[in-house]
Amino acid sequence: MNEKEQEFYSKSEDSKYGKKIHKFTRTKESLIKLFFTLNGVAALIFIILIFIFLFKEGFRALEHIGLLDFLYSYRTAADGTTKTIFEWYPTSDDPRFSLVPLILGTLMTAIPATIISTIFGVAAGIYLSEVANPKWKEFLKPLIELFAGIPTVVIGFIMLVIGASFFNDLLHPDNRLNAFVASIGLSFVIIPVIASLTEDALHSIPNDLRMASYGLGATKWQTISKVILPAAFSGVSASIILGFGRAIGETMIVLMAAGNAANITSNIFLSVRTMTATIAAEMGEVSQGSDHYYSLFFIGIVLFTITFILNLIAEIIINRMRKKNTF
Amino acid sequence: MLALHKKKRDFVGTISMWIVRIMFFSLVLALLLLLGKIITQGIGTISFEFIFDDPKNNMTEGGIWPAIFGTISVTFIMILLAVPLGVCSAIYLNEYAKDTFFNRIIRTSINNLAGIPSIVFGLFGLGFFILFIGRGMDEVLETGLLFGQPALIWASATLAVLVLPIVIVSTLEALNSVPKSHRDASYGLGATKWQTIKNVVLPQARPGILTGTILAVSRGAGETAPILFLGAAFFLPNLPVTDLCIGDYCIPMINPAKQFMYLAYHIFILATQSSNPTKTLPIQYGSTLVLIVLTFLLNITAIIFRYRFRKSLGRL
Repeated sequence: MNEKEQEFYSKSEDSKYGKKIHKFTRTKESLIKLFFTLNGVAALIFIILIFIFLFKEGFRALEHIGLLDFLYSYRTAADGTTKTIFEWYPTSDDPRFSLVPLILGTLMTAIPATIISTIFGVAAGIYLSEVANPKWKEFLKPLIELFAGIPTVVIGFIMLVIGASFFNDLLHPDNRLNAFVASIGLSFVIIPVIASLTEDALHSIPNDLRMASYGLGATKWQTISKVILPAAFSGVSASIILGFGRAIGETMIVLMAAGNAANITSNIFLSVRTMTATIAAEMGEVSQGSDHYYSLFFIGIVLFTITFILNLIAEIIINRMRKKNTF
Repeated sequence: MLALHKKKRDFVGTISMWIVRIMFFSLVLALLLLLGKIITQGIGTISFEFIFDDPKNNMTEGGIWPAIFGTISVTFIMILLAVPLGVCSAIYLNEYAKDTFFNRIIRTSINNLAGIPSIVFGLFGLGFFILFIGRGMDEVLETGLLFGQPALIWASATLAVLVLPIVIVSTLEALNSVPKSHRDASYGLGATKWQTIKNVVLPQARPGILTGTILAVSRGAGETAPILFLGAAFFLPNLPVTDLCIGDYCIPMINPAKQFMYLAYHIFILATQSSNPTKTLPIQYGSTLVLIVLTFLLNITAIIFRYRFRKSLGRL
């Protein structure tokens, strides 16, 4: 803004035209502005409150249970030797609060689910954006998004009554309900997320790049694999990160299909117990104010922190992509 | 040499393209199979009595009306709480707020809020609404243990915070899509800011706001994890309804202090914790079908609304 403009604006603030607006109208306008500002502030306050109350309750757990007790505890065997154990037995007489089995259980369901979903979700995104007939796409993309709206309890239910038996007959796993069944269920939720966001990322690549690639004699697949996908790499990886975040935070599917036994294992066909399922299963029966109660809030903090960081990374990547792609 | 190279290249490309196609359609097939299974298994159970009757015989017979009613009540109150707050804060962010650091923080937090696990919202609802506000009200009003326990209002309030980002983001999108020239024309006619928002911006943004509201209802009705310990009950003989009497006229009103049955919770509890899961399997499939139909109808409405909205913007 140059000096002349500045002068013009500063003068027009109290010009005779400005003064014509009735004083009552001005007060009304500023009151309305105040009202909307208060609403905006209230929305922010709720977000801060979530943060405060989660951390307030969760950190009380640290008063009685040390931070290290959330990792491991010692047990003295009959012959006097002490062993380091990683167990989650919050209700026994000698309570053990190690989060290791729960975190591993979460990873055992979330990582396979993310791998499956990445393969299918990215393929679906490529199909929707690059391969499908544009007329079909208008119908197929909402269809995929529609499936993202299936309540997760429904998928948990289907995995429990059909999926578990199906994979039991097919693969003869060690436990009927296991990490594998849960991760298949999780994939149903995450594939639409990854597919939809991948499609957005691919779609935002300017058409010039495609045309230039074709002009150099590349085939359609070469254009997709060598030009479009590398160009959209950041967007696709953001979609995978968001999908992983969803997989970690999902509750009902893992509660119903993962078997809920706190095993420490690398065997995907064993039951596992995730952090979310632990909160969901134990919060109803816990006595308020006990160590167990606060430790469940502590799990909430861990979940909150992990998903918050993942979302933040994805958002930074997406924002950068937007800036880069505005040609 | 060149010809050979070209042929091989096309071969790999064609195979890869077909793999992508096959993967996509196997995905669609898997989703349709899932849907087909629920429909074929559940359709036999659906009847007028199933929808409008109470559960009988320790939940092995009868209908699911209390669960449906509970779902409607909770989402209704949720919308009353979330939509005004969400729409107004979106208006603030899009129309009044300048692009300051503070406002960017609000936007980032709202986007992040959408990705926080729903079970964490359940913990928040317990810690904030029930233990802090509820117990606080009990102490101040000296009502004993009335508010400080799981109840319909706290479940609705928690779900309202959960769907707030959905409402805000879709309202922001709708407000953002109103062209600046329309606002300028309004100012040029001498309208004030509020007159412009009320008469020019909001009427155009209404379909977008409605889309967000419908999506919020669908999300709220399908959530189970946050309400697990916020008042959802296994079985309640009475609906959460109390007669509100003014003089001689009594109107049945939703009683927000009571516990409630919830369709999504009903499916979960019947499938995992009832005494005889195989006997209630038809009821489980029936309830699932009702829930799926409910959420799909809402989502399809939202998708059609959004499609039309975007198309109408293209015409402008």
